[in-house]
Amino acid sequence: MIGLEHYLGVAATLFVIGIFGLFLNRKNVIILLMSIELILLSVNINLVAFSSFLGDLVGQVFTLFVLTVAAAEAAIGLAILVSFFRNRGTIAVEDVNVMKG
Amino acid sequence: MIQADLNIILPEILLSVFAMVALLVAVYTGKDKLAPMMTWLTALVFVLLGAWIGMSGGGDNVAFNGMFHDDAFSRYAKVAILLSAAAVLVMGQDYMQRRGMLRFEYPMLVALAAVGMMVMVSAGDLMALYMGLELQSLSLYVVASLRRDSVKSTEAGMKYFVLGALSSGLLLYGASLVYGFSGTTNFAGIIQAAGEGQTPIGLLFGLTFVTAGLAFKVSAVPFHMWTPDVYEGAPTPITAFFATAPKIAAMALLARVLHDAFGGVVGDWQQIIAFLSLMSMFLGAVAAIGQRNIKRLMAYSSIAHMGYALMGLAAGTAFGVQAMLVYMAIYVTMNVGTFAFILSMEKDGQPVVDIQSLNLYSKREPGKALAMLILLFSLAGVPPLVGFFGKFYVLKAAYEAGLAWLAVLGVIASVIGAFYYLRIVYYMYFGEETEGLDKSRSPVPHVFLMASAAAMLLGVVNLFGIEGIAEAASLALVN
Repeated sequence: MIGLEHYLGVAATLFVIGIFGLFLNRKNVIILLMSIELILLSVNINLVAFSSFLGDLVGQVFTLFVLTVAAAEAAIGLAILVSFFRNRGTIAVEDVNVMKG
Repeated sequence: MIQADLNIILPEILLSVFAMVALLVAVYTGKDKLAPMMTWLTALVFVLLGAWIGMSGGGDNVAFNGMFHDDAFSRYAKVAILLSAAAVLVMGQDYMQRRGMLRFEYPMLVALAAVGMMVMVSAGDLMALYMGLELQSLSLYVVASLRRDSVKSTEAGMKYFVLGALSSGLLLYGASLVYGFSGTTNFAGIIQAAGEGQTPIGLLFGLTFVTAGLAFKVSAVPFHMWTPDVYEGAPTPITAFFATAPKIAAMALLARVLHDAFGGVVGDWQQIIAFLSLMSMFLGAVAAIGQRNIKRLMAYSSIAHMGYALMGLAAGTAFGVQAMLVYMAIYVTMNVGTFAFILSMEKDGQPVVDIQSLNLYSKREPGKALAMLILLFSLAGVPPLVGFFGKFYVLKAAYEAGLAWLAVLGVIASVIGAFYYLRIVYYMYFGEETEGLDKSRSPVPHVFLMASAAAMLLGVVNLFGIEGIAEAASLALVN
């Protein structure tokens, strides 16, 4: 029997993979965008699992909002990426370093 | 029913309709030729809406089954957001126009970000919170990289986007846990679920994630990494915008989540906020010492100031919220003035950001140097000026809430932080002889600089009466 905790476990795993993808990846900015998407989707799994478990529709409504925003976010991220590529000619993460703190 | 709800969110509807109509008009007619007019028009709309919201009657109106709260707290934050956004739009207009950056999308994006901020401060539900926050963030990512042909600006936008999206992810993960363990996304329901008996551990996890996500938005340490780079890379008028309105909105949202949704478990979040506050104050004070770039310096300064504002929240009392609101209003006024000064720093028509270019500035432009001196003393919290009263308020709130150690450390951090503000004053009055900056050409930043400095002096009398308004606002939030 697959219970709530299994869904939460999958979501937590995806979330952690996403976070690690953001911090450990040194190669490509596109991978950052994929990691962000992974984080948002893990949240969606969480929300749908809770919604089904609680018998409450609000979680699924929330999921639809999150999906919509994630699409907008990806669009803006790619747009910024394109203008960055035009200026630098590269999208390697190591090259995002003109300013250093 | 729906009619009454719509009436309550009328200001937000009007502003978003204005932004969309203006966008269409600009696309089909003059495009960027209309941009200066659009900027002034948007600022005018902000001021009118701010006045309307400020004048509208009291009371606590709830719309859409608790999704949206229109109370004294949200009205205070909205007025502050709209007025500061209007000031920043107007004073940056000339700077952007001369550098060919003034596109008609800029005022519209700022207007949409303002709609997002207004929804944020009024949010009564995790969904409304998230939608408002994303509307604001997505607009801000775009304005950060507005200067498409500049490496620094696009890099600033990229860094802001990646870290901002990460913070939204953290916040959302927290929101999903809060929903799962309380069974509702409504703040009124969450506070009930959190208050009864033992708080479920999942709810506390959710609270921590939500707090971390919001700490990113207010750039509190250890979630501050994006701030210096974004402040440096974004064009100066946009940096000025980042330093003002979004900070108020994020801080007000944090206060609303902590008190409206988790007001019953103050003990559980007080330590987190106190820790964030302490780290921000010290990092902001210490890391700015090595900075020569005035925009990076202002970034660390804003991190430190957020630390003080968080100290008010850490108190967990109505007086703490009042102190935070007063502090934010003072902070924004000081920052508008300081950025008006930074906007006018230029040599041969190019913007200059090195603080050593201010050597002996007082000999060339004594009036502006004096105004800047007042603002810097006020930022440092030197006693006779208004900035001191802001700090005094939050320190008092922390002390009264039993956080005496935090208040003492706050004073120490303030003394360390005074060093880098005073160094700029030193350069302006006693520096070496070097080539000077240009005489400023645009009158608007000059007016804002002088007005802000005058406010720092005249506000000493009664802080322009914002104490009473902030008190009413804090009582609306904390019961």
